[in-house]
Amino acid sequence: MKYITNLLYTTFFLALFSCNQSAGSDSARVESPDTTKLAGGQENVQDNDSEKDVVKIAVSSKDHTTLVTALQKADLVTALSNAGPFTVFAPTNEAFAKLPAGTIDELMKDAKKEDLRNILQYHVTLGVLKPESFSDGQKLGMVNGDNVTVQVKEGKITLNNSVHVITSIPASNGIIYIVDGVLLPPAAK
Amino acid sequence: MKNFKSKLMVAIGICALAFGFQSCKPKNAGNAVSGDAAAKAYVAPGKYDGFYNFVSGGFSGQMSVYGLPSGRLLRVIPVFSVDPEKGYGFSEETKPMLNTSHGFVPWDDLHHEDLSQTNGVIDGRWIFANANNTPRVARVDLKTFHTAEIIELPNSAGNHSSPFITENTEYVVAGTRFSVPPDNVNGDVPINSYKKNFKGTISFISVDKTTGAMSIAFQLRCPGVNFDLSHSGKLKSGGWFFFSCYNTEQANTLLEVNASQRDKDFIMAVNWKKAEEYVKAGKGEKQTVKYVHNVFNEKTHSATSETKTEVIVLDTKTLKDICYFIPCPKSPHGCDVDPTGEYIVGSGKLAALIPVFSFTKLMTAISNKDYIGDYEGIPVVKYESALYGEVKKPGLGPLHTEFDGKGNGYTTMFVSSEVVKWNIKDLKVVDRQPTFYSPGHLCIPGGDTRSPDPKYMIVYNKITKDRYLPTGPELAQSAQIFDITGEKMQLILDFPTIGEPHYAQAVASDVIRNSSVKFYKLEENTNPFVSKGESETKVVRKGNRVDIYLTAIRSHFSPDNIEGIKMGDEVYWHVTNLEQDWDVPHGFAIKGALTGELLIMPGETQTLKWSPEKPGMYPFYCTDFCSALHQEMSGYVRVSPKESKTALLFSTGKNLAPNDSTIVKN
Repeated sequence: MKYITNLLYTTFFLALFSCNQSAGSDSARVESPDTTKLAGGQENVQDNDSEKDVVKIAVSSKDHTTLVTALQKADLVTALSNAGPFTVFAPTNEAFAKLPAGTIDELMKDAKKEDLRNILQYHVTLGVLKPESFSDGQKLGMVNGDNVTVQVKEGKITLNNSVHVITSIPASNGIIYIVDGVLLPPAAK
Repeated sequence: MKNFKSKLMVAIGICALAFGFQSCKPKNAGNAVSGDAAAKAYVAPGKYDGFYNFVSGGFSGQMSVYGLPSGRLLRVIPVFSVDPEKGYGFSEETKPMLNTSHGFVPWDDLHHEDLSQTNGVIDGRWIFANANNTPRVARVDLKTFHTAEIIELPNSAGNHSSPFITENTEYVVAGTRFSVPPDNVNGDVPINSYKKNFKGTISFISVDKTTGAMSIAFQLRCPGVNFDLSHSGKLKSGGWFFFSCYNTEQANTLLEVNASQRDKDFIMAVNWKKAEEYVKAGKGEKQTVKYVHNVFNEKTHSATSETKTEVIVLDTKTLKDICYFIPCPKSPHGCDVDPTGEYIVGSGKLAALIPVFSFTKLMTAISNKDYIGDYEGIPVVKYESALYGEVKKPGLGPLHTEFDGKGNGYTTMFVSSEVVKWNIKDLKVVDRQPTFYSPGHLCIPGGDTRSPDPKYMIVYNKITKDRYLPTGPELAQSAQIFDITGEKMQLILDFPTIGEPHYAQAVASDVIRNSSVKFYKLEENTNPFVSKGESETKVVRKGNRVDIYLTAIRSHFSPDNIEGIKMGDEVYWHVTNLEQDWDVPHGFAIKGALTGELLIMPGETQTLKWSPEKPGMYPFYCTDFCSALHQEMSGYVRVSPKESKTALLFSTGKNLAPNDSTIVKN
């Protein structure tokens, strides 16, 4: 009787197996999306009508090519294209050029990606801080987890006693402050 | 034992064969889905569907938009029912959309839709919809997917054979399902005086070529019957419109039995070009009526209601050459015209055949006065003289027909629960497939126009038992997509629908998607209560009316601290969304509001009326997750007793001055 039971099982599995095979060949005909190759996010949305987000503003500025390259290298373009809201301190090309010779080239290396991310995230805080929102001695919690200290003297905004705000540009997902220096997080100092 | 074993082996062998065969068979009675169905309905994440499918919401009163072939729900457009989710019918700006001569009507029953056409081809500008209960027609703008206009229909009840359009969207028609005494006579008459007092009215609503603005051009006064469905002629028959009607018995009770007495009811052919001539020649009677016309203005983001008091009526009994009746078996329901305009298909829902009428033969019969008599003064053409032929034994309970432009009609069979493909020329059935269960309407993209785009057919079913996981006594109605590119129709997907789907429309996505609006331009906003920037926000008191001009932008309201509201105040929150970015609406809700929320599109101003019920502190907040600081997007409004002297103060980002609420004692 055990033999019969075994036989029944075998028969059943055979039936199942043959069925799985046909299901397999069916699913092979389904053109599944290659999700692993889906790169990026909102920065790819085709929209020439809406107000520009912080990334699109940076990309359209000839004074921020280093920053844009660095954001791309650090995989931060997608995050900064999202809903935010962000306050971004955007060093100019000139500001990056003030760093010791070779610093930027070094940071752009694959092995230094985390350092680059850390530095760039030190330039972003969540929330829209308008010029009138800054006050002397204010501490800003930056996206990388460190703080920036604000100085306001005679209406002029300085960060960490060294980096000066030149001007501000409103963006759809926040506000950009053009700054004349690169903010270096405490650990990287 | 050996004998037993060998017998058993044989039995098992047969069993295995049967098992294997049965379990791998692509089709069985309950499922009828073949192996590559999933691939045909599959749209990869991040990919657009090829077609929009606009599906009527039936008793939800709304219209839903799906992608085809994925069946993904893209949008529910509020049309005839309030929608607290979108603030539709709750905001001061949208409330007038639902005004009628009966007052504010918060619900209706949306059955049919028709996409606007130019030269018989879908142009993607507007979609029209009917209100079946309180008779109205709506126009939805397909740039914004918002209801742009609603017009009420006088002399009507149960606007069912609507909102079908002519080939250049010259007119949208509306035929009354329930005949009633006209609005300008005393309707307080015995119900059983139907034959004497009740009239059926057909409305022709003109549509402005550029703006889409609707206006009742004229109405046809017809015999009291039930008009059911309709479709415009095409090409050679383009100047004609065809309406099915039942209850030619003129029963006023137990229609189930009493309206099914006669062998044949009618399809009414209407020469609307002729009717136009009569109107131009001044043959119409000006009738005093009352109906309401509501228009949404995209610049003020507000609707206005206007009451109209006159309509032009043509009497089809005296103006003889507008209407002709064609006998049609057994309470015809669907009334569909093929892409060439030659064939008119009536679907007698109790008939065992589908009659196909010939427009050419109809014209000959009319010119030869080949009549069998008249019905309340309207000539009745001899059945055989208008008939092209009959589809014999197509199935049970034919309801609606759509066309593929390749010479085939597709008819739903309610009673036998199937869809039947048949050849128009030889009237032979080509294929039949079961649907699950009890199909009503069906839709082929462009399937009621001159040029169908016949990749898919969607069938909308009334009963869904066992198709989806049980959800209590009621299950979602079901749409089923068939691939109709081959000789045989292939079921590829079920998808659940909103409310009860009746008719639907579908069109290739590129006809619509490229003109879709991303946001409203703030500089073009002329709402009287707009704040175009935070510097323009304010709180203004006039007696007990308080207007709060509020702005919303990621991630705060301005002002967000307000004091000095008092009991008995009528507070109007005018919220302007300052965003100029696609897909960034903000919401607005306040504790205790006896309304809905506001959902404010970028660049738009919407107003919520609020009358606080008791003194205290009321938070308000953004309901639409807008940003990382969405939870911070909130504010407080302080409500003081009526007699208090709390000053009216407001601010954002800094504290208000001390504000004593001591009650003033006289």
